[in-house]
Amino acid sequence: MTQSVALFVTCLVDMMRPRIGFAAIRALEAAGCDVVVPQGQTCCGQPALNSGDRAHAIALAKQTIAALEPCPAIVVPSGSCAGTIRCHYPELFEGDADWLPRAQAVAAKTYEIMAYLDEVLGWKPDGVRLDATATYHDSCSGLRELGVKAQPRRLLAQVQGLSLTPLAGEETCCGFGGTFCVKYPAISNAIVGEKADAIAATGADLLLAGDLGCLMNMAGKLHRDGSPVRAYHAIELIAGMGDGPAIGEEP
Amino acid sequence: MSAFDTRAAAALADPILKTAVERTAGTAEAKRTLAVSAFPDFGAARTRAAAIKDHVIAHLGAYLEQFEANAVAAGAQVHWAATADEACRIVIDICKASGARTVARSKSMLGEEIGLPHALAQAGIDRIETDLAEHIIQLADERPSHIIWPAMHKTREQVSALFKAKHRTPHEEETIAAMAESARRELRTRMLGADVGISGANFLIADTGAVCTVTNEGNAELSLVPPRVHIVTAGIEKIVPSMGHAVHMLRMLARSATGAALTQYTTFYAGPRRAGDRDGPEQMHIVLVDNGRTKMREEGLADMLRCIRCGACMNHCVVFRQIGGHAYGGTYPGPMGAVLTPALDGLAQSRDLVHACTLNGKCQQVCPVRIPLPTLLKGWREKSWREGLEPTSMRFGLGLWAWVAQRPALYRFGAGLAVRAMRLLGRGGWIERLPLAGGWTRHRAMPKPAARTFMDQYRQERGQ
Repeated sequence: MTQSVALFVTCLVDMMRPRIGFAAIRALEAAGCDVVVPQGQTCCGQPALNSGDRAHAIALAKQTIAALEPCPAIVVPSGSCAGTIRCHYPELFEGDADWLPRAQAVAAKTYEIMAYLDEVLGWKPDGVRLDATATYHDSCSGLRELGVKAQPRRLLAQVQGLSLTPLAGEETCCGFGGTFCVKYPAISNAIVGEKADAIAATGADLLLAGDLGCLMNMAGKLHRDGSPVRAYHAIELIAGMGDGPAIGEEP
Repeated sequence: MSAFDTRAAAALADPILKTAVERTAGTAEAKRTLAVSAFPDFGAARTRAAAIKDHVIAHLGAYLEQFEANAVAAGAQVHWAATADEACRIVIDICKASGARTVARSKSMLGEEIGLPHALAQAGIDRIETDLAEHIIQLADERPSHIIWPAMHKTREQVSALFKAKHRTPHEEETIAAMAESARRELRTRMLGADVGISGANFLIADTGAVCTVTNEGNAELSLVPPRVHIVTAGIEKIVPSMGHAVHMLRMLARSATGAALTQYTTFYAGPRRAGDRDGPEQMHIVLVDNGRTKMREEGLADMLRCIRCGACMNHCVVFRQIGGHAYGGTYPGPMGAVLTPALDGLAQSRDLVHACTLNGKCQQVCPVRIPLPTLLKGWREKSWREGLEPTSMRFGLGLWAWVAQRPALYRFGAGLAVRAMRLLGRGGWIERLPLAGGWTRHRAMPKPAARTFMDQYRQERGQ
């Protein structure tokens, strides 16, 4: 039976690294899903929500809900965007008799990509190989709002030739924090500086995570530090696209 | 730069501060992790602690009246203060009425909150801080930088130099034991000669009228029992229904704060010296302070009144670990301080605090009473937005982006343009300097986006 799944691409993946979206489609299709990309989507509204701009957060949430609600399941290649839909949309519509049930219905069928592949579908990558050592950073929203922790590691364990080296402080925030990193650049830099040092200390070839915002922050710092560590979204490796250009590499 | 930015920049430029914060908070984090893992179902214990506090906060009036009746029955005098100024005035009046010239004070964050050290100085009353870290702070003429370790921003080496400069007979040997001995020599005689002892309260026990303090140095006991008068200043949210509840909260407090199973000294004070007692003060006064708490309960911050001041949120906060406590600028630092300071000092003066947070959720994860700190911070951000406190550039930028993002076709077009513009600035796969995003590129490179957006490529490939 084919499971129909909607991909919520996220605004960051759309603009900065489309490969992540295509990797998500590839993995979902390998798992037997029929993937659609609803065209009414743009951004989930998290920047407005976290900035206190409730009116715009609600407007974008309504647009996203309307675009996604016809689909039986919604999959997102980002823990923080999935967390916004799953955890914060229902909060936004508290007391709204029309929109609360719609927000709750969409929230209940929205999943982070790796949690969906591993937990809902019970799928494992098959015949994927990449000879490398990698370390994994647990992005905060995915980890604490959605419980994404074991799922990416179980999927990555199926990638032949890949060995995972634990990252000291793997659950410690990288200092991205959405607009935080540009509002308080010096503090953010101090945090990501320590993260980059911890990543370098693992001796791993690759840095993996499940959120592009965090990855861009860490990869951008590693690059500025002159580190050779290459960064990918974990779904790229899981989908067999780990041999392509890393973040910040020309195709 | 805002005042917060200036303080944060100074903190970031201070490697000794970083060392000092990391030593203490790092140790606390490791010890808490061990203590929690040894506790059967700490999550359930947190839920129970939160439920106890929620119940009390919902029925605050009834429990406060019960506490007052029992405290009075035990011989204490209970005073009510609506504001910080009123609380200070009550304390000063009691001191004056008892002819006090010197007071021994046992560390209390509420005392800091209401400005009691300053009020005592204004009244010409000599103040002896008896907690070792508060003693250090008093010698250095500074303010606490952490609610559990007021002097956490100082290294042992700095403290040694301070003692040598200020103590009458300072230590000679550079050991911790010798330094502690120097503080003991300095403090003990003065403490025992104090006319009044002033403390805060970790818990107020409604069904006995007792006040509970916890310390690791025994300084509370030594500064509260010998003087003629004991004055307690306590926030009204410190109440718990019974000793049983207090004991549960104590288990949570000590583990969350330091990773210890219990503090060295846990004392319950119920009334002054009774007939036949060998020691104890002649009078015990309890000043119950509101100072905005009732308003917090009514205005969406009831969750924050669960706080038991353990400091776990700041010990685990990536921002606090970088900038320490003084950069926050209020009485309370870290995540709990970022929620409390706007309520105490006003949002306009402290709007930086509610934004200087990555919303990573770690503080909420370790909070022993499950306070949703990120949610409360977002509540302040909403208020700041509604009240027009956010900069015009931010309002305009976010408004424009949101307007476009609500028009998917226009958004696709705009995203395509933005990608092409960014690519013009790239060298290799990276953009080293990006206009309007200097906050990003000052410290890290920005990866150059792919030539075409996902939506663009997808529509072409799938022929949509």
